[in-house]
Amino acid sequence: MRIFLTIYILVIIATVSILGFRGSLTEKEPVEVFNDMDRQAKYKPQAENSFFKNRQNDRLKPSLAVSRGSALDMRAVFDPDFQGVSEARLIELSGKNEDGTFSNDFPFEVDYKLMQDGQKNYNIYCVSCHGVSGDGNGVTKPYGILAASYHDDRLRNVEDGYIYDVIANGKGLMYGLKDRLDMRQRWSIVLYLRALQRSQYTDQNDLSNKEKSELGL
Amino acid sequence: MANIFPKWVNAVPVKVIIALVLIKIAVVVGVTYYFSPEYTRVGYAPTQPVAFSHEFHAGTLDIDCRYCHTFVDRSGHSNVPGSNVCMSCHSMVLKNDPKLATVRQSYDSGEPIPWVRVHKAPDYVYFNHSVHVNRGIGCVECHGQVDEMEVVYHAKQLSMGFCLECHRNPEDYIRPVEEVYNLDWQRPTDPEAISEIEGFVHDWGVNPPQSCSGCHR
Repeated sequence: MRIFLTIYILVIIATVSILGFRGSLTEKEPVEVFNDMDRQAKYKPQAENSFFKNRQNDRLKPSLAVSRGSALDMRAVFDPDFQGVSEARLIELSGKNEDGTFSNDFPFEVDYKLMQDGQKNYNIYCVSCHGVSGDGNGVTKPYGILAASYHDDRLRNVEDGYIYDVIANGKGLMYGLKDRLDMRQRWSIVLYLRALQRSQYTDQNDLSNKEKSELGL
Repeated sequence: MANIFPKWVNAVPVKVIIALVLIKIAVVVGVTYYFSPEYTRVGYAPTQPVAFSHEFHAGTLDIDCRYCHTFVDRSGHSNVPGSNVCMSCHSMVLKNDPKLATVRQSYDSGEPIPWVRVHKAPDYVYFNHSVHVNRGIGCVECHGQVDEMEVVYHAKQLSMGFCLECHRNPEDYIRPVEEVYNLDWQRPTDPEAISEIEGFVHDWGVNPPQSCSGCHR
């Protein structure tokens, strides 16, 4: 019995010292104890796939292909009177008129919801560099990122389509965000950016009397 | 006639029973402790090909989760960002740093960075990120305080019991939608605010499935 107890305790000590305790940091990949179909031969997003040469499961779209819903309205394409992309749709897609100049038309109906979306998207994708008020003093500035301020005459007078184009395709040091933002999101940021500009460049005649008295004017 | 069995044999059955009971206890305790995802998964912290610090980017800089994990609220899969997202800043910041050589190489060649996946639900679980984050389940509930992790580790067990705990009592875990990406948000303590938060379950029609086919499709 004494021998048994000695072995028993030694085995427990050995197990604990080899396997350790719950929650300790480890580089070892988790063991799947009962791996019944835990890993199946199916394709999951952003996974590896040995079938393709570059081993990527996600395929890039062929060059010049346009993904569904991103350019043409399918119902319009199958309309007997279809001629091509309408100018309104072209502005929505690219911010440009048919002659290639930037458009000043805003293709969405402006409402509070779109403004809120714009604020949300701005605070995700733009705020780190351009700052909360759009003055170019984002949190990344001390690390050497140069971001434009929206509060100068050039950007106050520029067309909406230009801002849309910069958000989508980038400009100078700024990378475009078109892979991450859909059209509505980009236009919502244009809208919010206009609100930011207004917030820093308002004529006091635009204010109500109550707002003026609050500000002591 | 001499005794066939010596006297010490009388104690053998008792000793065998005690030994078996001890072994059984050790096995049951050991299996419960070590076969659980709380041991196998929690604490998994693989070395990544690029020493990306969530603590700095998400914590110190306070960049929104969705800046990189863009499609978490639009897709079932929460994406790992492409290297163009890294380069949006790192084309300016640390642009010649050897620590980022892998990122630059990936950006130039189009080969993805071989990030090591930390959180891996079994393939028979159909977890949808967007439906959770858009209904007030914070990132932190499943991923822990990622904004305080220098190296990301598996913080929660993500076992079926873990999922069901929340699916059975969503009112204990739900939070305002605008606080989903705020990992430091604390549940309020005063009863009025708590009942308002618990009311989200009813207001948003949150009805988490508890049937098998809810997750195992």
